[in-house]
Formats: sequence, structure tokens, C-alpha cells
Amino acid sequence: MSTFPLLEVDGLERRFDVSAPWLNRVIERRPKQILKAVDGVSFSIPRGETLALVGESGCGKSTIAKLVVGLYPPSGGTITFRGDERRVQMIFQDPFASLNPRWRVGRIVAEPIRTLEPGRPDAEVEARVAELLATVGLNAGDGTKYPHEFSGGQRQRISIARALAGEPEFLVCDEPTSALDVSVQAQILNLMKRLQRQFELTYLFISHDLSVVRHMADTIAVMYLGRIVEIAPTAELFAHPRHPYTRLLLETIPDLEAPKRDRTPMAGEVPSPIDPPEGCAFHPRCPLAFDRCKTERPELAGEPDRHRTACFAALPVASAASCVAPARAQSRST
Amino acid sequence: MATSLAVRVREHELWWSLKGHPSAMVALGLLAILLASAFAAPLIAPQNPYDLRALELMNSELPPIWEEYSRWPYVLGTDVQGRDMLSAILYGSRISLIIGFASVILSLSVGLSLGLLAGYAGGRIDNVIMRVGDVLLSMPFILIAILISAMAREVLPSGMRDVLAAPILVVAIAMPSWVQYARTVRASTMVEAGKEYVQAARLIRVRPWRILLTHILPNTLTPIMVAATLNFGLAILSEATLSFLGVGMPPDQPSLGTLIRFGNEFLFSGLWWIVLFPALQLCLIVVSVNLIGDWLRDALNPKLR
Repeated sequence: MSTFPLLEVDGLERRFDVSAPWLNRVIERRPKQILKAVDGVSFSIPRGETLALVGESGCGKSTIAKLVVGLYPPSGGTITFRGDERRVQMIFQDPFASLNPRWRVGRIVAEPIRTLEPGRPDAEVEARVAELLATVGLNAGDGTKYPHEFSGGQRQRISIARALAGEPEFLVCDEPTSALDVSVQAQILNLMKRLQRQFELTYLFISHDLSVVRHMADTIAVMYLGRIVEIAPTAELFAHPRHPYTRLLLETIPDLEAPKRDRTPMAGEVPSPIDPPEGCAFHPRCPLAFDRCKTERPELAGEPDRHRTACFAALPVASAASCVAPARAQSRST
Repeated sequence: MATSLAVRVREHELWWSLKGHPSAMVALGLLAILLASAFAAPLIAPQNPYDLRALELMNSELPPIWEEYSRWPYVLGTDVQGRDMLSAILYGSRISLIIGFASVILSLSVGLSLGLLAGYAGGRIDNVIMRVGDVLLSMPFILIAILISAMAREVLPSGMRDVLAAPILVVAIAMPSWVQYARTVRASTMVEAGKEYVQAARLIRVRPWRILLTHILPNTLTPIMVAATLNFGLAILSEATLSFLGVGMPPDQPSLGTLIRFGNEFLFSGLWWIVLFPALQLCLIVVSVNLIGDWLRDALNPKLR
């Protein structure tokens, strides 16, 4: 049983209808516009591990978070969660919008307990709230304060306490540190690592920052325009990045040893997911792009469960699949 | 807890902002006096204006106390039936205030619930509710009110008309004015519903009505309180207008509007006090309510703090 991953996502799709209102469409004779936020994403997370989804804003990573926790229904594909669905919690990006400004912190943290176990006596709930606040490094007395009395980092701790109150086995963290100062980021990340060990949590960690993810994740999936372009164990991805987009992302991480190294600036912008480029979505920005990339879309290939890349130009050396071998030859000649 | 409530009131920002607004303080004081005198009318009024036996034609058409031929205790004079104007005004204010308050409460509850529903459910429900509101807003406010109250009068048996006059008025005034609340609440509901604290509640499957009542509603109330205060003044005026036009309160339980209507008939006979004093009272109530509303709007607006 334990060999099955806790969460398995297969061919997940989510489309949004972003068309103009019906009357405008009829008058201006425009077709419906569909945005493919998530376009055939598959991954799995073993119990107790962390999978990080990384990508620029608009690549669909937050949509995946909301699909996985059930805030959005998927348009296609399957999400298999082998656990208690009520034991799924989420930590949000904006520490100012994620806490109800009119509720005291104690009531906020108690909400999951009171909802999941309505019969529990008040004294017990209060004791549990105090314990949770202490667990995340706040004072037990902070429960009587309002959210606006706390800093961003402290609010994120409150969010974590609320998530823990639901006794989760699976936590979805949607950019939990990107709104925080760098020094506070490290504190929150360390707290989350500690809690993972303490409560044997499984994380789906979403970030735009590879350096944040490096310390958190067991596996990293790099996303571009609604698709995973490369997925590999963290050490492997940092040591041998294959996809040109992953390399581009790694290039942008500041380096202590060579702060002034010659960096290629990230060229271009993410194209609109409403009207994505033909073939490989990355080809307009890709330094290695050749003809095939403009017409045919690469699928994830490589060693299953280890290192897979969706790119014709950057294939793994060890397991070059026969079907794409000509492409490699072609890419070398160009 | 009792002491903490007093402390909370004293430390509340509204209390502090009141000190910087002398006009609001005066208005609050004035309204307190007007409310107290209106609701204590049976205790302080010299006469019960509803009791026809108390009226004496001997005392009719007496001028206010500072004029010649006046008589104690008719401080503000009497009307053509010998009714004491001060008593009539106090009792009339009570009716006007109750009808104004009740219609605000009614339109507020209808507007709040429909606005919350439209903003949270979206889609077809939202469309239906808001289009009905648009239609109501496209007709003159007073026309709808007249229509409702005239129709109710036609439908009801004659014995019921006077008994139900006040409830009919409340509905007639509330009917067109819920739209404003619904629009405001719908807009802030849509904003709040998209926020992450609502998603966190949805995640642990808090029931939608609970999310609406405990999470979203408290965060939409601030603009509503301002609108409700200003609409309270408007509702009193609407009641006066309807009564003045003769589709409001009947003559035997006169509101301020009814008093003004009757007084109006004697204006050219030189009996100016019969119309002037009820009109003045109406002005005082509406102006003080509006001043409080203006102050609330400033005090609750974070951008003006």
C-alpha cells in the first residue's frame, strides 16, 4: 500500500472560458476564447515527500494547486488522492488576504477544528489552538489579537497553524514565501521543513523561485505554459538541467561565488496561453529551437520516475529514445 | 465583559473620530433628543391627539404661545379641530421614525440577502436578481411607492386599510430601495469571495451559507451602514411625501407628512403654524440623520482617515 504514491495526477487539464460577454461576441462576430491554464499535466507524490512545481507567473502552477485541493473542478484528467480528502490543507501566497481581517487569530485557527469535529468541547479546542500557535512559533496569547496586528511572516505562521489544525496529511503550499522578506522566507521554510518531519506531511510546493525550492523539494517539476517541460529529483535537476527553459531559470539564480558572472538575461516573455505557439510552446524563446520544434509538440521523455524532459533538442545522453534520435542528429547539424 | 464593552466603545476609532466632527456630535445629540421625545410622546405630550374626546372645538385654531390669543398648554398652537400641535408632532414623529426605520430594515435585509446570493452564486441567479433591480431602478422611486400603496388600498377591504396603512407604507418604501444595497453588497461579496481566507474555508468544506454569514457578510457591512443611515433620512422623507399625497397614513393616526398635508390647506387662511411646525420637525430629523450619515461615510472610509 505504501508503495503507491499519496497523490497521483494524470493528464490533468483545466480550461477557462475567457470570452467576451455573449452580446459582444455576437455583435463583433468573435469566437469563444478558451484559456488552457493546465494542459495535460501528470505527476505523483510519494507519502512524506515534497514535489515542487516551478515556473513563471501564468504557467498554471497555482491552477494546479487549486485543482488538487478541489477548489476548481478539472476539465479533464484524473486526480487520485489515497488518503482522507478532508486532511488536505493549503497555505496561500498572500498573507494579507488569507486571514479574515475581522476574526481573531484564535477563531481563525480554530475554524478547521470546529468544522471537522463539531462536537469538540470549547476548552479542548482552545487548548489545541494554543498548542498549535506554539508549534509555529507564536505566543499562545496571540489568539486574542486580530490579523492586522501581525507582520507578514507572523501571518504566514498563523496560516500554517490553521492548516495544521485540520491535522493534514497533505499540504499544498502556493508560493508561501514569495510575499515575504528574504530573511523571513528562510524562517518560514525551515518551519515548514521541521513540521514535515514532525507530522510526516506530504507537500506540493509551488514557487517561481528555484533557489527556494532547492531546500524544500525532493522532486522538481518545471512548468511552462500549462505543461511540465522537465521533471527530475532536485539534485539531478540542479546538476544536469536538460531543458533550455530550466537552464534559463537556473541562470537567473544569483550566485555567491560568481556574483558578476556573465549571465544571459531571460529573453522574451511567456506567450499568451489563450493563443499558444504551435509545436513546442517554448520555441520562440529557445536558443536551441529548430524546425521540428515549430510544428510538433515534444512529450516528456527520458528515464521514467527519474529525469524526464519534453524537448527535441536536449535529450538525455543515456536513454536517447530511438524515435527522437534523428531530431538530435538534426539539432547537432544546425 | 461588561467593562470591556465600555472600554471598547471608548477606544473605538468611531468614538475618536466623533471628537473631530462637531456637526456630527450636534446631530447625534439632536437626534437623540428627537428620538427620546418621539418615543416618550405618551408620557410628555399634553394631549393624546388620537383621542377624539380630548379635543375641544373651543380650543381650535389657537396660535403658538408667543402670539396673541394663545392659551396654555398649547405651546405650538392647535389645528382646526382643537388638536394640540406639539402633541400631534410628537406622535407624528414617532410614526414617521418607526416607518422610516422599519422600511430601512426591510430593504436592508432584502438587499443584503439578494446581494450576497447574487455575488456568491454568480451566473444565472446573479443575472436575474440584478436585472430585476435594474428594472426597478429605471422607474421613478416615488411612482413605484405610490403604485404599491394605491394598489394595496384597492385590494384590501375598507376595514383593513387603516390598520395595515403602516405596513403597506413600509413595503412601498422598501420595495424600490433594496436595489442599492444589493448592488453594493454584491460588489463587495465578489471581491471577498475571491480572497484566500474564503478559499481556506471552502477547502475544509464550511457550508456556503456559513461562509456567507460568518466570513463575507461582516466584511461587506461598512459601506452598507453608511448607505442605510442616509437612506433612513430618505425613507422618512418618502413616507412624508406619500402621506402628503394622500396615499400614506390616514388622518386619525397622522404622521408628519399627513400633518403637513392638512396644514397645507389652511396656509392661506393665515393658520401658518399648522403646516410650519411639522415641516420644521421633519427637516430637523432628516438633516440630523444626513449629518450623521456624512460623518459615518468619512469616518469609515480608510482613505480619508
